[in-house]
Amino acid sequence: MTREQTVTVWQDKVRMRVLSEGAGPALVFFHGPWGLTWDPFLTELAQAFTVHAPEHPGTTPGAPDDIYHLDGLWDLVLCYDELLTALKIDAAVLVGHSFGGMVACEMAAAYPRRTRKLVLLDPIGFWRDSERVVNWMTVNPAELPAWVFRDPSSEAAKRMLGILDAASPPEAAAAARVRLMWAMGATGKFTWPIPDKGLKKRIHRVSAPTLLVWGKEDRLVPPVYADEFARRIPGARVQTVEGAGHAPHVEQPERVARMVREFLA
Amino acid sequence: MKISMFHLMPHRELPPDFEKRYDSVWVTPPWHELADARRVGQYYNWTLDELLYAARAGFDGVCTNEHHQNAYGFMPSPNIMGAVLSKLTNGSNVAIVQMGATLPTSNPPIRVAEEYAMLDCISGGRLVAGLPLGSPMDVNFCYGITPLEHRERYREAFALTLKAWQARETFAWNGRYFQLAHVNLWPRPIQQPHPPVWVPGSGSISTFDFAVDNEVCYCFLSYSGAKAAKSMMDGYWKVVADKGREPNPYRAGFLQLVVVAETDAQAEEKYARHVEYFYHKCLHWPVQFMSPPGNQDYRSMVASVANPVRRAEDAKKLRYRDFVEKGYVIAGSPATVRDRLKEEVVKGLHVGNLMVLLQIGSMPHELTLENIDLFARKVLPALRGEWNDEGWVNQWWPERLREAVPQPATAGVGA
Repeated sequence: MTREQTVTVWQDKVRMRVLSEGAGPALVFFHGPWGLTWDPFLTELAQAFTVHAPEHPGTTPGAPDDIYHLDGLWDLVLCYDELLTALKIDAAVLVGHSFGGMVACEMAAAYPRRTRKLVLLDPIGFWRDSERVVNWMTVNPAELPAWVFRDPSSEAAKRMLGILDAASPPEAAAAARVRLMWAMGATGKFTWPIPDKGLKKRIHRVSAPTLLVWGKEDRLVPPVYADEFARRIPGARVQTVEGAGHAPHVEQPERVARMVREFLA
Repeated sequence: MKISMFHLMPHRELPPDFEKRYDSVWVTPPWHELADARRVGQYYNWTLDELLYAARAGFDGVCTNEHHQNAYGFMPSPNIMGAVLSKLTNGSNVAIVQMGATLPTSNPPIRVAEEYAMLDCISGGRLVAGLPLGSPMDVNFCYGITPLEHRERYREAFALTLKAWQARETFAWNGRYFQLAHVNLWPRPIQQPHPPVWVPGSGSISTFDFAVDNEVCYCFLSYSGAKAAKSMMDGYWKVVADKGREPNPYRAGFLQLVVVAETDAQAEEKYARHVEYFYHKCLHWPVQFMSPPGNQDYRSMVASVANPVRRAEDAKKLRYRDFVEKGYVIAGSPATVRDRLKEEVVKGLHVGNLMVLLQIGSMPHELTLENIDLFARKVLPALRGEWNDEGWVNQWWPERLREAVPQPATAGVGA
């Protein structure tokens, strides 16, 4: 049973809806650039943890302009610190996907004592001239699913990107398009035009045991980027996932949930 | 009304298969495959000569604009062109319409305020200060500004610019994006309290509000003609009325592509391939370049997703006669052009500040001069008196030029 609450932080200027499920130690999930969807992966994790999934500022319905109250990553990280305090979480497992992986890693660097363990799913945050990260905000929207997923026609893929079937009413399709565009815009504030925003200067502060999970067929952020993280986080473990692109937890939810639960056990 | 010649400064000799071989005319076209610096030097000189020719032929103003990494228009600094034009039109009644230097990509943005003040000084108070938001391609893709911050940066820079021109004392600007402890422009503009301000837009409802609230001239720089712009401009005039302002036609500017010949048939013969070059090659870029996520604010995005301003029409499938019929280009004999401009643009959109694009795509220098000459002699005089009977004041035109009628120079114009 998913619980829903809206937490207000940042001098009452930023509203963040948080979906929670399960019981046990706290686990916070940071979603990627396409907004939060409650996936089977999170349901799996909720078997053993109290999973909290906050919505990035600006992506909570009814509060699009809240994003304008944040100037940069420093503000964003402090917002999440306030959010954890409001949720009465001292320390938690932090799990993040893509853009959310970068945020989770920034949190782990800023607050080592709040971070029990860290799980990064195809995170961004580094840049190699020879293997450039593809900017998902600049690809043809019709081709976005094929950039993100190994199998863009799967139900899981459609759910994450809000792709509706042709029979859906046009208003629903328009709303889904607005939601997706705004989620990319509000997260893109912290990644444009090159998603290297100084994590390399801060990542040495990460002390939590860390697992990196990478979709073997990630076309946006090639798996070589796992090296950038692994060589900077002592003892980090890297696992690749067959049959998955940039969102392995969506395309292979059971396998990825098992990897993560084994790591967290 | 006031009629100005607009120039994009395009690459005039792109290869015939350009749009098949390359992804885009903007952001990514490879310079070394497509251009030659000496030849491009010739383009710049032709562009200046064409604008000066228009200035001497009796146009009210000459317009330049800013684009980056773009083969269809590459004046990265419109103020360099504007400086040449200011100097060489001294002694005339022609306005220097900069449409203009892009605030969000100028850092700090008082650089634009300074350069415009220079142009106003050099030209003796003939500057129209266009303050464009800038396209997503220029600002987000080429100059790296975050789409979500684009409009906020613009609005802050706009407020800073207006204050910098007018403040009597040195002031400190403690902004969100810009911090300057000692703002004290040297020089200041001749025109007081500041040069007239035009703001180009492309249909975002938030820009309508901004234009009316700030009492600027809203300009739609369109390549799709008046028919396609009708509903959008109606939306603008509704905002003007809703905010209790008078429907002064000089609150609006519009850019129209125009080609003139002795007859309609001759216009087709002379200009068809250049018009097709423009729409097929010069406007060749991926659809997503126009709207990176976050560039439109939430309210405008909701409105445009529900009711797109621009119909999804593939211009590559259209030919010269389609462009003319749909009004993308107003083409033909002087009588045809005059009548269509009056009915569709001037009256249809309620526009007092008309800009005409008379050098289009691959159009060579001599043919461009011919187009300018015919327009100046046979179209412009018949349009100039529009709106006079209604008694509106063009507050968005340099004050000393408002009543002036630029006279054609005796030498160099006319066949």
